[in-house]
Amino acid sequence: MQATLDEIISRYKAGSREALLPLLQDIQIEYGYLNEEAILKVGQHIKLPSSKVYGIATFYDQFRFVQKGRFHIKVCRGTSCHMHGSSGILREVERVLNIKEGNTTRDGRFSLEAVSCMGACGSAPVMNVNGEFKTAISIPDIALIIDHYKNTI
Amino acid sequence: MLFDIEVNGKTIKARRGDTLLMALERNGIKVPTLCHIKDLLPSGACRMCVVEVEGRQGLIPACSHPVEEWMRVRTHSPRVVKARKTNTELLLSNHPDDCLYCERNGNCELQKFAEDLNVRERRFYGKKNKYKTDPSSASLLRDPAKCILCGRCIRVCEEIQKITALDFIGRGNKVQVGPAFNKGMNLSSCINCGQCVMVCPTGALAEKQYPAKLQDALHNPAIKTVIQCSPTLSVTLAEEFGLRPGKDLEGVMYAALRKLGFDFVFDTSFGADLLITEQATEFYNRLKSGTALPMFSSCCPAWIKYAEQTHPHLLANISACKSPQQMLGALISNHLAPGSGIKADEIYSVSAMPCIAKKFESQREEMTHKGITDVDLVLTTRELARLIRLNGIDIQQVEPELSDQPYQSRSSAGKMLAVSGGLTEAFIRTLHFVITGKETSHLKVQELRSTKGRKEYFVKIGEYKLGFAVVNGIGNIEPLVAEIKKGRTDIHYIEVMACEGGCVGGGGQPIHPENDHVKARAKSIYELDEKESNRFAHQNASLQDIYRSFLKQPGSDISLMHLFTTFEEREVMQ
Repeated sequence: MQATLDEIISRYKAGSREALLPLLQDIQIEYGYLNEEAILKVGQHIKLPSSKVYGIATFYDQFRFVQKGRFHIKVCRGTSCHMHGSSGILREVERVLNIKEGNTTRDGRFSLEAVSCMGACGSAPVMNVNGEFKTAISIPDIALIIDHYKNTI
Repeated sequence: MLFDIEVNGKTIKARRGDTLLMALERNGIKVPTLCHIKDLLPSGACRMCVVEVEGRQGLIPACSHPVEEWMRVRTHSPRVVKARKTNTELLLSNHPDDCLYCERNGNCELQKFAEDLNVRERRFYGKKNKYKTDPSSASLLRDPAKCILCGRCIRVCEEIQKITALDFIGRGNKVQVGPAFNKGMNLSSCINCGQCVMVCPTGALAEKQYPAKLQDALHNPAIKTVIQCSPTLSVTLAEEFGLRPGKDLEGVMYAALRKLGFDFVFDTSFGADLLITEQATEFYNRLKSGTALPMFSSCCPAWIKYAEQTHPHLLANISACKSPQQMLGALISNHLAPGSGIKADEIYSVSAMPCIAKKFESQREEMTHKGITDVDLVLTTRELARLIRLNGIDIQQVEPELSDQPYQSRSSAGKMLAVSGGLTEAFIRTLHFVITGKETSHLKVQELRSTKGRKEYFVKIGEYKLGFAVVNGIGNIEPLVAEIKKGRTDIHYIEVMACEGGCVGGGGQPIHPENDHVKARAKSIYELDEKESNRFAHQNASLQDIYRSFLKQPGSDISLMHLFTTFEEREVMQ
């Protein structure tokens, strides 16, 4: 069962600012993203204004502010993938899904994230859908890969 | 302890524990700064104050480096100047090139850097920021595209005002400054004090302007235009025209406003006298019944919003009096207009204030009747000066005049509302009369005239031993609220002014990079009080006339209807 926001927050001592990042991480693990309610409640709990909590959360790439899609696509933008044309890959995924990086499609099926390195530099360029690696991909592959998941229930 | 260091080939004295910047400034050597705010810890972010120190490889930021005995410093070597110039060019690379259309054109720190460092060509082409302006606040206009991320607004809001409505959002080249969730300022915990505007080096933060209708109204014979000027205006306006800071332009200002085309020119000090008279009676009633004490002052709209969002349980303790602006505004619509046969829709009521929170206040629902505002337009000191210039009036050639009847006279007590502690001083004078029926001879209360964040004064009036506290800057209020919660009972009246120094340090005042004229303005107010023939709010002759003919007495039904208001709890993103 999913832990409620209050349950997660109550794991940490009220008023302790050092709990900020662990708290945000716990919430993101449970819900996949941080919503407004979570940020306001965290702020109240550790006595930090919400502007600060939001400021810090947006500083780190690991935090998302939009709910993840059922299929979460990560496109690698690390050095090796970049050399193998990952900027074109990312642009193509954005075009096919019709969303910008960091967002989720309106039907909630796909979300897109650019990441720095996934440790598969030898197979560049790579992308990753819900943990499944797609290696040495080219631009024409993208539409086929996404079609495959579109037809998966 | 003093020791010698060498700067630009000359020996100067430096003090142990100082930063390099402090040592240089004390010796009259100017180093440009951008992110630095005097009296706050250095942030060292902008690298404008870099200097060359012999034996060190890199350039050193003067603002955040301690001065040391061995130092040989060069503040304007070719290497230093080149670094500062490159910094400026990089800041300019993504800055919108619309200086001519900018609020701060001619008074912009970025422009000044470019000018001083002789930036004459574009070496770096950056992608321009395409952020949208945030017009949601009634007081403040936020334009992130013009922001150069110095962070001064954030630090003033967090460290001085202790509101923390703003922070950096995002990372890298996508950073911008904004409230939580990058939503509108109207939803944030911003109290509209405007101190962020005072420190913004560019036009990224400015007052919200509502300019369109005024010039038309001034030239439309069917519309009667009325203006009231805050007690602070007369001692600040001079700065905008290059005159001595603190110079009192009271009569000249009225004359200039008449030349602009205003049909009635009033001084909000009259409203202040009215406020003091009403509030003293209200306070005495609370004192007799022992309810809702301590009483907080209510004339600062930034403090009111703060109380509504942060301490809703204190709302019953706040005086129910409207602020002087709204009191005089209510009299203008309900006394002057009917008395002179002017219809409600034929009057255009303007006020000129050293404050941007007053813009918010004038639009509060409590301050309107059937959707019509008592005060239709609030101008800041800066906007008023611009209006005077726009209409081609040479302030140095204007002969002083008096303000208009029926609110012509004022006491110097009303004028004292301009400074922190001044309201309390004026209030005690009238309270003494309300309680004992006699005037006090102890007029000058030195304890209330300091620049401390909290001032306290205890005095026996009649049979009552009373304590007065003054909160000078909203950042100093929390300790006092905590003491009261813990059961402190020796304080009976609390004046809260959101800006340091009171209204003379308000967010609508002229913007100088140093912001160092607050003292001169306050001094001028105190001098005026020394010279004045009437130093008691309740002795204001026009005010006594209004009480005879209209309001009857302080706290009467008519007073309650027009001069009192209510507050309510407010949900914001804390």
